[in-house]
Amino acid sequence: MQYQSQAVAKPYFIAAIALFVGQIIFGLIMGLQYVMGDFLFPEIPFNVARMVHTNLLIVWLLFGFMGATYYLIPEESETELFSPKLAIITFWVFLAAGVATVLGYLLVPYASLAKFTGNDLLATMGREFLEQPLPTKVGIVVVVLSFIFNVVMTMLKGRKTAISLVLVLGLVGLAVFFLFSFYNPHNLVKDKYYWWWVVHLWVEGVWELILGAILAFVLIKVTGVDREVVEKWLYVIITMTLITGIIGTGHHYYWIGAPAYWQVWGSVFSALEPIPFFMLTIFAFNMVNKRRREHPNKAATLWALGTGVMAFLGAGVWGFMHTLAPVNYYTHGTQLTAAHGHMAFYGAYAMVVLTIISYAMPILRGRAANSNKAQVVEMWSFWLMTVAMVFITLFLTAAGVLQTWLQRISTTPMSFMATQDSVAIFYWMREVSGVVFLIGLIVYITSFFIKGETKAS
Amino acid sequence: MPPSFVSIDESCDEAGILGNLMNTKTMLVNETEDLPGDFAIWIFILAEMLVFGVMFIVYAFARSNQIEVFNESQLTLSRAMGTLNTIILITSSYFVVRAVSAIKSGNSRQSAHWLLGTIFLGGMFVAVKLWEFNEKFSAGITLETNDFYMFYLTLTFFHLMHVLMGMIILACIVYKLKNGDYSAKEHFGVETGASFWHMVDLLWIILFPLIYIIR
Repeated sequence: MQYQSQAVAKPYFIAAIALFVGQIIFGLIMGLQYVMGDFLFPEIPFNVARMVHTNLLIVWLLFGFMGATYYLIPEESETELFSPKLAIITFWVFLAAGVATVLGYLLVPYASLAKFTGNDLLATMGREFLEQPLPTKVGIVVVVLSFIFNVVMTMLKGRKTAISLVLVLGLVGLAVFFLFSFYNPHNLVKDKYYWWWVVHLWVEGVWELILGAILAFVLIKVTGVDREVVEKWLYVIITMTLITGIIGTGHHYYWIGAPAYWQVWGSVFSALEPIPFFMLTIFAFNMVNKRRREHPNKAATLWALGTGVMAFLGAGVWGFMHTLAPVNYYTHGTQLTAAHGHMAFYGAYAMVVLTIISYAMPILRGRAANSNKAQVVEMWSFWLMTVAMVFITLFLTAAGVLQTWLQRISTTPMSFMATQDSVAIFYWMREVSGVVFLIGLIVYITSFFIKGETKAS
Repeated sequence: MPPSFVSIDESCDEAGILGNLMNTKTMLVNETEDLPGDFAIWIFILAEMLVFGVMFIVYAFARSNQIEVFNESQLTLSRAMGTLNTIILITSSYFVVRAVSAIKSGNSRQSAHWLLGTIFLGGMFVAVKLWEFNEKFSAGITLETNDFYMFYLTLTFFHLMHVLMGMIILACIVYKLKNGDYSAKEHFGVETGASFWHMVDLLWIILFPLIYIIR
């Protein structure tokens, strides 16, 4: 690695992968609970398993983003990190807070957890994805602020590139929009309205900037294509993202009591959200085709290309499927949403973090790339996880289509639970795909321990 | 790109017609190959046209379901002001054309003047538009009054944002012109900004009849 302080990225990446494992295990638990309702009851009820599954996802992605930032900012700024010590302190604070929160979910009934952690002082708990107790939420803000401070100070003393500017813009956005998790109005419409400012404006707004910046960085490194070219693509992509994504928030406002014009605004703008993802794919393939060097890390290139394709399919195509108000009228909150959520999160965010880990980790361990053998194993894990995710998505889509039909369109509509019973076969197949995904993840972790002849850095 | 080359036996072309034709052809080929301005702006222009295009289609569908409401509400719009704004924008596009041809002949002072004129006309457009909005708002009309007003306010507001954006872009170009950053050879930026402004104009030329006139 070029700068000593880049090494702080390593613990972040390791923590990210560890939490990723936890996320998948809880995913499998709740996947089984879909078809065996009392599995692990009362120890781990479904709502708790779900909370752990989704919260771990967010936390490990944040670890990944932070690790990625600490790795790429010194290299982009051509200077050591402002304070490596601060980065390590925030790492431990964040990890401790994350683990304590998950243990809290698992060991204490949620209502008691709320009571112990001062939810009566400022009620912020109980909302999907934002279930964290108040101290954790405050902790996240402190950690993110110190992180951004560290990054901005580094940038200020060094070179400012388009990639680091876009990345920091995304991170600042991430911090700002998280503040809406503290705003919890009594009016249910307003509550949902601003809840989306965290959830939607994260994943369909500022996180995409982070995604674009990380991908652009890796592509410059592995392809050797001119920075100018990559930067122009990056600017065009993020502008398209913001144009479509911000007003695209409206696709969550159709039926929550928000004004009716959101049905038009939301439909039109969110229908165009696939465009930046499509451009991302074209961008990745274009850069790799025009590469001016053969980087020894083939696995990282594979992850980078995979991110483009899977993000477009998961976020773009599967999102478009149910984004238009007349369609969403029938499909709202069905398994189609779950199908989209799985492939979009994996394809866009999980994969981009795995991309930067794949590129940076060998360098952090003192070599340009892993041995051929290790890379082959890593590529196997790529295909196992990605194909498993495609099948999870397809089975959930089938379940969602059937559910919409049986429960909402048929002339003799069935009840929710009766419908769930009739689509159970798809939940079983989804669970099998989930096991394959876990195997892929185990293979992925194994690849870190495979020796063999490595290329010097 | 090299000009297209067609091999023809010139000995049988006594009148030299083929030669002339070939010249015209080469010229045409060259013209279509040269996309004025930065390629990235054309991606934006296409994307913007797509957004508005989809909006226009949704408008058409919504209108077909409630023609009465749309026709009735349409009569409350000021066609005179709409026409005035159309004239303003078309004129401003002409100014932009003059600005581009001025810089192409190396006259950056003149180019800046034409662009300042464009920005002034843009300002007039904004003023007229705000007057119209004020009329409607003081009549108690909002996005939720009915579908027609929802589309009217939405489309014209989004368009207005583009006019403002275009004015900012042109102002940056004027600044760079005065800095002497552009010349007869290097005027990429001027063409880029001009392309954006023409798009803003073009959108209005479709928007105006669609919302104000067609019934």
